[in-house]
Amino acid sequence: MNSINTDEDPVIRSLGELVAQPPVGFDHLVIARYALVPGPLGEVFVAFTDRGISYVRPADQVEQDADRFAEDFRDRFGRPIERAGRPPAGLVPALRTGRARELAFDLRGLSEFEQAVLRKALEIPRGEVRPYAWIAREIGRPKAVRATGSALGHNPVPILIPCHRVVRSDGQIGNYALGPAMKHELLHAEEVDLEEVGRLAAAGVHYLASDTTGVVCYPSCRHARRITPPHRVPFGTLGRAVEAGYRPCRDCRPALADTA
Amino acid sequence: MTTATEDVRTELTVRLSRDVDAAFPELVSSYQQAVYTTVLRLSGRQVDAADLAAEAFLRAYQALRRYPPERVRQLKLRPWLITIALNLWRNQVRTATRRPAHVSLDSSPEPPAGSGGPEEHLRRRELRTTVAGLLAQLPETQRLAVVLRHVVGLAYSEIATILHCPEGTAKSHVSRGLQHLRALTTDTDLQEELS
Repeated sequence: MNSINTDEDPVIRSLGELVAQPPVGFDHLVIARYALVPGPLGEVFVAFTDRGISYVRPADQVEQDADRFAEDFRDRFGRPIERAGRPPAGLVPALRTGRARELAFDLRGLSEFEQAVLRKALEIPRGEVRPYAWIAREIGRPKAVRATGSALGHNPVPILIPCHRVVRSDGQIGNYALGPAMKHELLHAEEVDLEEVGRLAAAGVHYLASDTTGVVCYPSCRHARRITPPHRVPFGTLGRAVEAGYRPCRDCRPALADTA
Repeated sequence: MTTATEDVRTELTVRLSRDVDAAFPELVSSYQQAVYTTVLRLSGRQVDAADLAAEAFLRAYQALRRYPPERVRQLKLRPWLITIALNLWRNQVRTATRRPAHVSLDSSPEPPAGSGGPEEHLRRRELRTTVAGLLAQLPETQRLAVVLRHVVGLAYSEIATILHCPEGTAKSHVSRGLQHLRALTTDTDLQEELS
């Protein structure tokens, strides 16, 4: 291949020895992978890169067709993808338990705001819901409620990042990337009592306090759900609850800004 | 390059033109060493060579999806990929001029051990490290020409494509770069080992 006698020239020989091997797994810096795994409402296709999970679609929405999912991914991200030997560690348990906070996500391509919204949504525990305004306030953008809804609507990793746990404060469940019917089913599967949420909202109740602990929560907060009926004190605004001497819950963190 | 490997590579462009996604993993495995080595040896530790090489393959993938099949079939894959990587590298360096360019002298991942005892191995390793560092002192075109010819092992025709110059000019960039490099090595304390 090379007519130069490298044995005679140490500089050329040294240059030849400077060929470097890319790190192991280099191909996965370029080529994403996907797996078909069980989800809460049937199987889901999950795509992931070296950095984390980047795309989720229920198999039903691509007619169970892996090629269609792969092509959809390539069109959307401009990145090659191939079938993975096995799903990334922790994915299957995260889908089973509804707790995905330990998983790595690859959200490159989303704005900082969108990423902040999604990372915040990841904190909402299974079986609980929060208003859009809660996310906006928690990420320090209390006025960006509409933009928050839009960011959640474009969530590329639904189900895992539980944007279905973000609902309207009037008790309606609101829009969903995978359709409102799916949002309803997902919340139902997590045993969120949507009828109760709707009934309370219709009655103007947005917070529940306990007269034994002195703490006020969002109604779906696990602490609120433990309050027995005789000790349950309903409030329409957080301001009223605070005036009455109740302290906002440290876990579900209701705050004055979203009482409007 | 032998005729046999030439055939395999020619065929890859045809397969890429028919089905990018089926053939793309082979493109990565066939050329990742050439692209990575070029970026690493040209930049030292100035950029993350693996990330930049990966980005180059990603851009290549996006182009391959866009190009009509006849254009894909005509691609000279190795110089094409290296050109994409070099453009990315230049853009990255340009946007990061605030950070001082830094080339580590001890930046060589270990190549497979050659023949010879441990002493010979050590001596060669020292020389390699020195040469890797001295490359940084060459003007960019000479450095690139020398790396492409003597590290990556490209043909002069491929180097000419990458440098946008006639083959004769590519040859002279290589030989002047090499002369320059020899002059630099004789200035170092490894002079005796080179003679």
